[in-house]
Amino acid sequence: MFDAYEADGFYDEMFDRDGGVRPHYQGLLDRFSAFPTDDFEARRASCDQHFLRQGVTFNVYHDERGTERIFPFDPVPRVIPADEWEHLEAGLTQRIIALNLFLHDIYHEQHILNDGIIPRHYIENATHYRPEFRGVDVPKDIYIHICGSDLIRGADGAYYVLEDNGRCPSGASYLLENRNALKRAFPNLFESLGVRSVDSYPRVLRDMLQHVSPHREGEPVCVLLTPGCYNSAYFEHCFLAREMGIDIVEGRDLVVMDDFVYMRTTHGLVRVDVIYRRIDDDFLDPTVFRKDSVLGVPGIMRAYQAGNVALANAVGTGVADDKVIYYFVPKIIEYYLGQDPILPNVPTFLASEDSDRKYILEHLPELVVKAANESGGYGMLMGPSATQEEIGKFKEKIIADPRNFIAQPVISLSRSPTWCEGNMEGRHIDLRPYIVYGEDVKIVPGGLTRVALRKGSLVVNSSQGGGSKDTWVLK
Amino acid sequence: MLSRVANSLYWMVRLIERADNLSRIIEVNGQLLLDHERLDSERLRAFWKPIILSTGDEALFSEQYSEAGSAEVIRFLTEDRKNPNSIVSCIAQARENARMVRDQLSEELWEELNSLYLFINSSEGEQLLQNDPPRYYETIRRATFTFHGIAAASISRSEAWEFMDLGRHLERADKTTRFLDITSFLPETEETAGGRGFQWTAILRSCGALGAFRTGHRGEPCASNVVDLLMFSPDFPRSVRYCADRIDRSLHRISGHPRGAYCNDAERVSGRLLSELSYGSTEEILEAGLHAYLDGLQSRFNEIGEEAFRAYVLLPDGVETRPPIPAASVSAVVAWQMAQQQQ
Repeated sequence: MFDAYEADGFYDEMFDRDGGVRPHYQGLLDRFSAFPTDDFEARRASCDQHFLRQGVTFNVYHDERGTERIFPFDPVPRVIPADEWEHLEAGLTQRIIALNLFLHDIYHEQHILNDGIIPRHYIENATHYRPEFRGVDVPKDIYIHICGSDLIRGADGAYYVLEDNGRCPSGASYLLENRNALKRAFPNLFESLGVRSVDSYPRVLRDMLQHVSPHREGEPVCVLLTPGCYNSAYFEHCFLAREMGIDIVEGRDLVVMDDFVYMRTTHGLVRVDVIYRRIDDDFLDPTVFRKDSVLGVPGIMRAYQAGNVALANAVGTGVADDKVIYYFVPKIIEYYLGQDPILPNVPTFLASEDSDRKYILEHLPELVVKAANESGGYGMLMGPSATQEEIGKFKEKIIADPRNFIAQPVISLSRSPTWCEGNMEGRHIDLRPYIVYGEDVKIVPGGLTRVALRKGSLVVNSSQGGGSKDTWVLK
Repeated sequence: MLSRVANSLYWMVRLIERADNLSRIIEVNGQLLLDHERLDSERLRAFWKPIILSTGDEALFSEQYSEAGSAEVIRFLTEDRKNPNSIVSCIAQARENARMVRDQLSEELWEELNSLYLFINSSEGEQLLQNDPPRYYETIRRATFTFHGIAAASISRSEAWEFMDLGRHLERADKTTRFLDITSFLPETEETAGGRGFQWTAILRSCGALGAFRTGHRGEPCASNVVDLLMFSPDFPRSVRYCADRIDRSLHRISGHPRGAYCNDAERVSGRLLSELSYGSTEEILEAGLHAYLDGLQSRFNEIGEEAFRAYVLLPDGVETRPPIPAASVSAVVAWQMAQQQQ
């Protein structure tokens, strides 16, 4: 199965430079090699069938017949040895603690700005900065409760943080469903390979939600607020709510009275203490943010400011995952914790700094340019594969609005063997672990490994031809 | 439980039940029509009209079809996606409701409904409808039975269950009255001059009631003994009285109010209906006119449904709310807003 496999000079997760299998992949190699190709393909197809029947799908917008697609699943897992995971855990924990201290500071005294570590205008011009929340204390002083940082591994084999998703990171249901799918398709695979379980994620999430409840008496009422069943992540919202045993609500299920949030039940109104919201800040409250939002709850910000309801994540965390602020995260870690960052950033140029901008404009064909506040792989220029025309357009955009752009060298993401229509071929991958900050910081051993299924592509987003893999952390 | 969830569970089951009954009605009508091959189109229209009236929208039908032949009506009722009450639309909407409350359903239950949805939208399903309609309808009926079976075996008898049960029995009671009404619209022919025994047999069969009839009655099916079974049987699960009893029971379990009294208008109407059925008689009904009586029942089922909605789903007075966003009217703006929530 792996006989014809070529690493093509990239950093390969499974094989070393000389083509030898890395020790933590040995067990997997032995098991997989025992399968005839047809059998392997049949098992893979059964995963797709399972996802379709289960409705583990995302919606394709603007489709009259309501077409739903499955997120392509690759049966070859990504394996992380124990020592690497320990390193990642330490780095991610350090990062989320620092980011939370940063957010508290930004929304209170702003020491980091006063001390000149970050130029004030970067914060004040950040799209997701919410100055109206300065001075508001949030329950347990936690801002980013759930963080889905994207990690990549470069040609040197080192892990880098590519971005911090600190608003409403999605994908955690796939972490659990991919594991289920693989267990179903290869029931005997897990027995002796020492793969750590990811089952605890819903419990960890629920404990965190209960921990941040602003009310002491009784068991807190936690709910998951979804934009509704037409949202592409709706399956995930249902899945997590069910696994946690909490209600999933839409904006219209909630009402605010006397600065408390209630949900409408068949037996009257029930007070809600904690909301795991999967709606962006902009759409949360039409009386405060976007007036045309039909997804939110009028008045919910009043209840939040009065301290009567907790939101996870807090309002205004987007300022921490702004791609310009990303540039400053190593400094943020140093400033608040007095430590060196354990996980490095990808080298980054800020278009709003004169010298950086000059460099960016001169080197566009070698760089990746990203808009500061976009996600999902949109608003990006991949220099090496872009046409002259695209590069020209981006040049104009950068000059017109330098604050909105950063650039990074192209990191050739590590590759993992991936089942591509009957052959094992190398495809680029990244890793999104889910960091949960409640009573303490917990990271479920695993994550979502996304894979760029198009040959040669470096874009792993599901909207652009990406798929996913199960992620194994070994004991 | 959340009002919206109660509403979705109720409609999920109600629409499944509707799809099941529609497939039965189409079949029984098809069978009966075999005996009326010489019907002219006016007669045909008279024959199908009550069914379109009861299940779909007559205006919508005449808008889309110039002919009112059996083939057109059957297509309209089975697979027309523009008809919100066609079998295909019912199943799609039932699944849509199920999606909204997926966290409340067992995985098996969701999978069964989702598989049915995938089937009716597959080329396999479309071909079966083309080549072997009886098997197509049978597949749908079996799937709905399986759905009810899984629900019965996997859902706690909590409030959620009662809302589902309410939806099921309201729909079932309503459709049983539609079955009974079929003969009211069948034209007299030479064959029926001597009695309509074969028509009543067809109706019993399509209700799955032939077995129950044979164990409880002797002789040929006729108006009085079939009405007796399908209207007044206290035990047969499709009889109107049985369904009314279950409706009344569910309503009281939801409210916690003792039976025999009422605390909202849904309970008041259902209690009165149940006692009428408990003390009514077939002779009385047939004397007064079956069709008119069935009409009266149907409007009371509607009333119960509306009052239950008012009691449990609508907000208490004075609380500001916004209307739900129906699937059909998701505007570009809303779709765009919903698409924003990804990271």
